[in-house]
Amino acid sequence: MSKPHKQIILGAYLGGVNHHTLWSDPEAGSQIDFASFRHAAQTAERGRFDFFFLAEGLALRERLGLIFDQDVVGRPDTLPVLAALAAVTEHLGLIGTINATFNEPYELARQLSSLDHLSGGRAGWNVVTSFDAFTGANFRRAGFLHRDDRYTRAGEFLAAARELWDSWAADAVAADREAGVFLRDAKAGEFAFGGAQFDISGRFTTPRSPQGRPVILQAGVSPQGRDFAAGGADAIFSPYHRLDEAQEFYRDIRARAVRLGRPADAVKLLPHASFVLGESEADAIERHRDITRRQIGGRTAQILLETVWNRDLSGYDPDGPLPDVDPDPEGPPVVRGRARIAEDAHRRVAEWRALAETESYSLRDLAIHVFGRTEFVGTPEQVADRIDTFVQQDGSDGFILGSHLTPTGLDEFVDKVVPLLQERGSLRTDYTGTTLRDNLGLPYPDARPDARPDTLADAQPDVQPDATRVA
Amino acid sequence: MSSVPNPATPLHLAVALDGAGWHPAAWREPDARVDELFTARYWTDLVAEAEAGLLDFVTIEDALGLQSTGFDRVDDRTDQVRGRLDAVLIAARVAPSTRHIGLVPTATVTHTEPFHVSKAIATLDYVSLGRAGWRAQVSRPVDNAHFGRREQPAFTFADLGQPEVVAAVAETFAEARDFVEVVRRLWDSWEDDAEIRDAATGRFIDRDKLHYIDFVGPRFRVRGPSIVPRPPQGQPLVTVLAHDTVPYRLGADSADVVYVTPRDHDHAQAIVTEIRAEQRVAGRESETVHVFGDVVVVLDGSTAAARERKARLDDLDGAQYTSDAFVFTGTAAELADLLQDWQRAGLTGYRLRPAALPHDLHAITRELVPELQRRGVFRTSYDTGSLRSRLGLPRPANRYAAPVPAAAAS
Repeated sequence: MSKPHKQIILGAYLGGVNHHTLWSDPEAGSQIDFASFRHAAQTAERGRFDFFFLAEGLALRERLGLIFDQDVVGRPDTLPVLAALAAVTEHLGLIGTINATFNEPYELARQLSSLDHLSGGRAGWNVVTSFDAFTGANFRRAGFLHRDDRYTRAGEFLAAARELWDSWAADAVAADREAGVFLRDAKAGEFAFGGAQFDISGRFTTPRSPQGRPVILQAGVSPQGRDFAAGGADAIFSPYHRLDEAQEFYRDIRARAVRLGRPADAVKLLPHASFVLGESEADAIERHRDITRRQIGGRTAQILLETVWNRDLSGYDPDGPLPDVDPDPEGPPVVRGRARIAEDAHRRVAEWRALAETESYSLRDLAIHVFGRTEFVGTPEQVADRIDTFVQQDGSDGFILGSHLTPTGLDEFVDKVVPLLQERGSLRTDYTGTTLRDNLGLPYPDARPDARPDTLADAQPDVQPDATRVA
Repeated sequence: MSSVPNPATPLHLAVALDGAGWHPAAWREPDARVDELFTARYWTDLVAEAEAGLLDFVTIEDALGLQSTGFDRVDDRTDQVRGRLDAVLIAARVAPSTRHIGLVPTATVTHTEPFHVSKAIATLDYVSLGRAGWRAQVSRPVDNAHFGRREQPAFTFADLGQPEVVAAVAETFAEARDFVEVVRRLWDSWEDDAEIRDAATGRFIDRDKLHYIDFVGPRFRVRGPSIVPRPPQGQPLVTVLAHDTVPYRLGADSADVVYVTPRDHDHAQAIVTEIRAEQRVAGRESETVHVFGDVVVVLDGSTAAARERKARLDDLDGAQYTSDAFVFTGTAAELADLLQDWQRAGLTGYRLRPAALPHDLHAITRELVPELQRRGVFRTSYDTGSLRSRLGLPRPANRYAAPVPAAAAS
């Protein structure tokens, strides 16, 4: 049985508020102005990408009690930007990261449903939770969520949101002016959901949206996180970029999906990736070297290592050896407002010391090695080949691509790499559907009058379930 | 050239968009776009029409609960429009397709996060290049169960005199006031020139120009700063609808525009007097606070035609339509007379509620506006400024910025 040629899923990610974004570059533009978002989204649509993606952070990062000032700081609110982008794009999916800890299902479900209506079926939600009191200081409910409850919260939130999205039948709005019947069902929108996190009931205000439910994205590598995502998400951020690791993860998630009663390919795996192109491979490597050294200057290198050491490392020479002190993971946090890098800081530091010893890395060299990784560096031909090979060999279903440059970083990818992927038959040359689910080849969540049987029948469980997990 | 000063004071004119219009039977009109109420095209077309009429801004109704004929319960009626989209997202969706008109969505303050509302409206201001506003609205007690986090006595309008209801209303509006305060502080939590992109020192921002707001109140504590830099207008327009002393106080204390519902000239005068007094109590007598009259409008070429249409709609709905606002039925010229009359009572503008869409919106933009222009009380083109500047509101100084000494200006 020959393996079908996969269509690569591509997402575009604009502007992180971290060291990846080179704000000092002469070409760097605003990370706030709508014109930047419009440019990036329209470029992605020109490149026939599946979706545009926005991240979120609900508190400005701090280091030792002071707001970070060396990286890009500040970004607009996710959902209004996506709603506005719906006005200037036609096919591109619009996926936002929204925190399930500091929102309520009723409000967020109607916002996402509204975005789906207003975009003609292009909305997606990347579900994240946070449990830190630092972010909680900006919200009514503060840091009430225990770390161990984060999947309970996310799971209940999603279940409640689904209850709300399903509370209007697809044909609930009759709008029959002759008969004077607006609603077919006097109880349209009626819902009730009870759980440890939410106990809510009443009437939902938003009729069922074009996709039925927005597309759900998840991240998560722990066994609990994997089951959560495999059981309920439409797509998962894969953290793995090495082909063998990525293939393990791919097999594992699909096996879990099947075990949880879903088709193997009901969940799409999408690593984040960045790229640097060059006229020749040597040129690309040189450009990459230059970009990375600008991204991770001495001060940024210290701060990146502080996220693991959890100590003030500003006194250590970036060009000298690694700090000789042990990490202090139990101490008060030095850096707040970003995810912890390591579960086990002592082990991670031991690994880094060994690596620095072998490679003769300075503090900054190590930071560049660890944090400066760019997945695709090469000529357009090389990058197209690597992306396609990775996907065809089941390392993932595609990539979410970001760049060091806001907002024009994607331009050269679309100009130079996209045509090559299209020539290979791995990327659409035009959109064929109208919704994000159509773009991704995902089924519609339940029967609607116009549900497309061809889309629903598209499941190809050609990969046998394989229960092996990444060790 | 002779210069003849026009003695008439210009009027501000906004239009309140909701569903198929404010009359509950509006959706049954032949020109109602009843199949499109939940589409972007519908809203884009309505706002484009309002912009073609040079209106100051549109408001977009919303609530965290389903529409109902009763305040204290959700009815099971199937013969009226039910369902809405999120108003802030409608406004954001419409923004790139329009250039001048202000966009003022409703966002609830009772169950929501001031941090989220602040960044949403700030972002609307960025997306619209300085045309954003916000109508702050408290939620009905009947919607509490949608959030499951708040106990409150259920009450109807008939119970408004009961002590526990008075207390609940006071508490709800006190929270609203805190909410607006937090939103405003967050808008100011970045000084305008906080983003410096100073490559020489490697600093993207001047962190001394970002501020913790450290708000502590009975319902929430918010630390800040916002994640969104100060929006183009500095402070987007804040508006509230008010029917009584407690909400008048909220408006006088916290808003730039207060929508009120006078029955007649004298009532308008009494309301304006009360709001101006509250404004003095709040220490804002030197600031511009607009008082806009809300009026539901049924407009036709003749008074008889308008009355006939109103009667026809009432028949379809099975009840005579009344509203918290005055329901005007007549011609554009008659409406212009009324607007000018109440303006003399102290109102600075109006928020007209079209009874049926698109009919009454077209009547406003294509008949009322030309009539007001002929009378010299309405603009004949847009200027290029922000929504605030259109309403004569300065771009406010940042409360956290060190004042610039006058001597330093040289």
